[in-house]
Amino acid sequence: MLADLVKEARRQVEICNACRYCEGYCAVFPAISRARAFSDGDIIQLASLCHNCRGCYYACQYTEPHEFAVNVPKALAEVQQASWQDYALPKPFAAAFQRSGVAIAASVAAGFALIFWAMKALGENAGGEGFYAVLSHSAMVVIFAPAFLLPLFSLALSLRHYWRAVGGGPVRLSDLSAALRAAANMKNLSGGHEEGCNFEDEDRYSNARRWRHQMVMYGFLLCFASTCSATFMHYALHMPAPYGALSLPKLLGVPGGILLSIGTLAMAQLKLKADRALASASVWGGEMGFILLLFFVSTSGLVLYALADSAALPVLLAVHLGSVLAFFLITPYSKMAHGFYRLLALVKDAQALRLQQEKRPS
Amino acid sequence: MRGKEAARRSVSGSHDIVVVGGGNAGLCAAITAAEAGARVLLLEGAPKPYRGGNSRHTRNFRCMHDGPLSVLEESYDEEEYYDDLLKVTGGKTDEALARLVIRSSQDCLPWMQDHGIHFQPSLSGTLSLGRTNAFFLGGGKALVNAYYRTAQRLGVEVKYDAQATHLELEGDQITRLDYTCHNERVQISPKAVIVAAGGFQANIDWLVRAWGPAAQNFLIRGTPYNTGVVLKNLLDQGAAPVGDPTQCHAVAIDGRAPKFDGGIVTRLDCVVYSIVVNKDADRFYDEGEDVWPKRYAIWGRLVAAQPDQVAYSIIDATSLDLFMPSVFPPVKADTIEELARELGLPEAKLRATVDQYNQACRGNAEFRPTELDGLATQGLTPAKTNWARPIAVPPFYGYSLRPGVTFTYLGLKVDENARTMTETGPIKNLWAAGETMAGSILGQGYLAGFGMTIGTVFGRIAGREAAAYVS
Repeated sequence: MLADLVKEARRQVEICNACRYCEGYCAVFPAISRARAFSDGDIIQLASLCHNCRGCYYACQYTEPHEFAVNVPKALAEVQQASWQDYALPKPFAAAFQRSGVAIAASVAAGFALIFWAMKALGENAGGEGFYAVLSHSAMVVIFAPAFLLPLFSLALSLRHYWRAVGGGPVRLSDLSAALRAAANMKNLSGGHEEGCNFEDEDRYSNARRWRHQMVMYGFLLCFASTCSATFMHYALHMPAPYGALSLPKLLGVPGGILLSIGTLAMAQLKLKADRALASASVWGGEMGFILLLFFVSTSGLVLYALADSAALPVLLAVHLGSVLAFFLITPYSKMAHGFYRLLALVKDAQALRLQQEKRPS
Repeated sequence: MRGKEAARRSVSGSHDIVVVGGGNAGLCAAITAAEAGARVLLLEGAPKPYRGGNSRHTRNFRCMHDGPLSVLEESYDEEEYYDDLLKVTGGKTDEALARLVIRSSQDCLPWMQDHGIHFQPSLSGTLSLGRTNAFFLGGGKALVNAYYRTAQRLGVEVKYDAQATHLELEGDQITRLDYTCHNERVQISPKAVIVAAGGFQANIDWLVRAWGPAAQNFLIRGTPYNTGVVLKNLLDQGAAPVGDPTQCHAVAIDGRAPKFDGGIVTRLDCVVYSIVVNKDADRFYDEGEDVWPKRYAIWGRLVAAQPDQVAYSIIDATSLDLFMPSVFPPVKADTIEELARELGLPEAKLRATVDQYNQACRGNAEFRPTELDGLATQGLTPAKTNWARPIAVPPFYGYSLRPGVTFTYLGLKVDENARTMTETGPIKNLWAAGETMAGSILGQGYLAGFGMTIGTVFGRIAGREAAAYVS
C-alpha cells in the first residue's frame, strides 16, 4: 500500500524535477530540486513537508486530462497518511482514527462514559473545591497522567521511526529555529508571495487557511500553556484550583479557548469548500472529526468556565474531561500527529538546506 | 442592476469587441479593452483545463530594465536587448516593431503585477536568464489563471470550447465572425475583433504541406488547439502575411514525449556531453559546437533531417548528473551492445561508432562542463569540438530524440498599433497580437521569454486600440 503510493508520488516528483516551475511556492519544490533520484525516505519526507496548499496543482500544465496526470497535493497527502499510519503504534488505531470521524466520535463517547463512571465510583469522597468536588484531583491525575503520557510515548517511537526513515542527522539549534520560524508564521502556506494558497476556491489565492490554522495552533498552544501553568501552580506553588479570572491559567486559557473554538469552526467551514480530490480522500472523515473534536474540547472548556457555579457542573465537567481524554488518547493516530511530523519535516528540510550550503564552496 | 447587466452581457452580439484566443496576448488585450470600458467577449478554443494556448507552457518574460526591477537585477538596456534579438534572428526582424516591444516591456512588468501576476527569482538551472528574464511564480499556467480571474472580474465574458471558424472580410472591415461552441454554430457582428489565436503548429497536415513529409513525425511541444484556422481564413481573404511560411521553430526533445503538450519536461540537455547518432548508428553533427542554450534550437532541424526523424543521444555514467533531469528515465545498459539492442540500433555499428569516437578523444584540455573547454576530438568527422570525453564508464545511457515544434513563423502583418493589413492598407477593425503576428519581429530563431513579451506588449496595444475604436 505505502510502496505503491510512494511509487506514484515518485513518478510525479520526477516530472516536477524536470519542470521546476513551482519552486517559489513552498519548501517542497526546492527540496525536489536538490535531488536527482528519490529514495522512499525522500518521498516520505517530501510528503510530510507538503502543507497541501495546492498552489502547484493549479499551476501545473500536467494535471488531468493530460496523460501525465500530475496531482502532487493528492499524491503527497496519500503518502503522508499511509506513512504515518505505518509508523503508528499500534497500527490499527491509526487506521481507525486517521480515517473515521465515527471512530473519533466513539472515542469521545467512551471518554464521557469513563469520566462518568469515575465520578460515580470515586467522586463520593472527593472532598475538594470546585471541580474537585466532583472528581478529586488525584482521581484526575490517575486518569489523565497515563492518558497523556502513554500516547506521547507511542508518538515519540513513531517519530523516531520517521526520523530514521528520512535519514535525519544530528540536529543543530539553527535547524530547529528555522523549523520553528516556518511553523510559527506558516511560511509554507504563504504561496511564496504572501497572498496565500489555493485551498477553497480553485486558483484564487487566499490567506484564509493560513490565518485559520494560526488561530487553531496558537489557540491550542495557549490552552496547553494554561494547563502547564496550572500544573506548576498546583505542584510547585501549592496553589490548587479553582483559579480566579486574573490568574495565569485563566489569562492563557480563556483567550486560547476562544481562538481554538473560532479557529476550528472556521477550519471546518473551509474544509467543506475545498476540493476533496486534491487531498487524501480516505482521511477526510477522520480529519473533519478531529477538527470538530478540538472545537468540542475548547468550547466545552469555555462553557464549563462560564457555568462553573451552576448545577450542570458535574455533567459539563464529564463532557469536557471526556473529550479531553479522547483527544489525548488519539493524539498519535489523529490529525493531531501532523503537527509533530510536520515540525520534524521542517527540521529535516532546514538541515538539508544547511548541509547543501556548507558543501558549496564559498 | 446586476441581474440586468448579466442578461445584457449574455446576449450574443451585444459585445463591442471579440477576442479570438485566450492565451497571454488575448487575455492582455481583453483586460486592457475591458478596463477602457469596452464590452468584451473572449473565445477560447480549448476546454477550460487546457485554456491559455502555449502560454500555459511558458515560464518567463524577457524584460528591458534600466535598473533593478522586481526580481530582475542590474540592468538590461534597449541596445543589449536588440542585439540579442539580432543575434538569434540574423537580422530577420522589423526594427521599429522590435524596438517598440523592447521599450514597452519595462512598463509591462508592473502592469502584469497589477493584474495578478507574481514573479519569482530565476529557477534553479536557469541562472543564465536571471538578469534578463522575469520568471512567473508557478509558470505560465499560473499566469493564465491570474489573467482569467482579472478578466472575469472586469466583466469579460469567456467562452471555452469556442472555436472561431470564419471572419468575413468585406472591403477594409470585418463584418461578421462565425464560431462554434459545444457543436453549436454562432454568428456575431462585433464592432471590432482582436485575433490572438497563435500559429498553426498543431495542424500536422499544414506542417506537412509547409515542411514536407518528415513533419509527420514531428512532436508538438504545446497545445493541440493552435491549428491555424483563423490565420488561414484571413490569409485566404487577402490579409497580408509575414514570416517564412515553410518554417517552424523546432528543438530536439525526448522521443518518447506525447504527440502534443509535452511542454518543458520533455527537453533534454544532455546532447553536449554525449554523442548523437541516427538510426543507422552514425554520428552526423558536432555535438559540442557551443554551450547548449545556444545550440538546442538547431538540433530539432538536425534530427528532422535524419532518417525517420529520430536520433539517439548516448552518454556514460560520468555525464549523467551534468544536466537537468528530464521526465523519462534514460535507457540504461552495462555494455554498448546491450544499449544498442535496447534502443533498437545496430549493435556492431554502434560499437564501432563509439570506439572510433573514443579513440579520437585525445585532447589534453581540462573538461569543464559549463563552459567551452576546447576538449576536442582529433581526426574525427564530424568532429566534437568541446566536452569530448570517451564514452567508456558503464552503465551507459541513451535517450531517443525527435524534433519538437514550438511554434510556426507565418503570421499576420500588423502596424505599430497592432492593426492588421492587406496589400492595399489596414483592416479598420481587426487587430492581432501574440504568436499570430510575432513573425514580424521574430523572423527566425528564438529568444527565451520574448514570445511572452511580444504577446503582452501587442495584446495591450490591440486592446487599447480596439477599445478606442469602438467607443
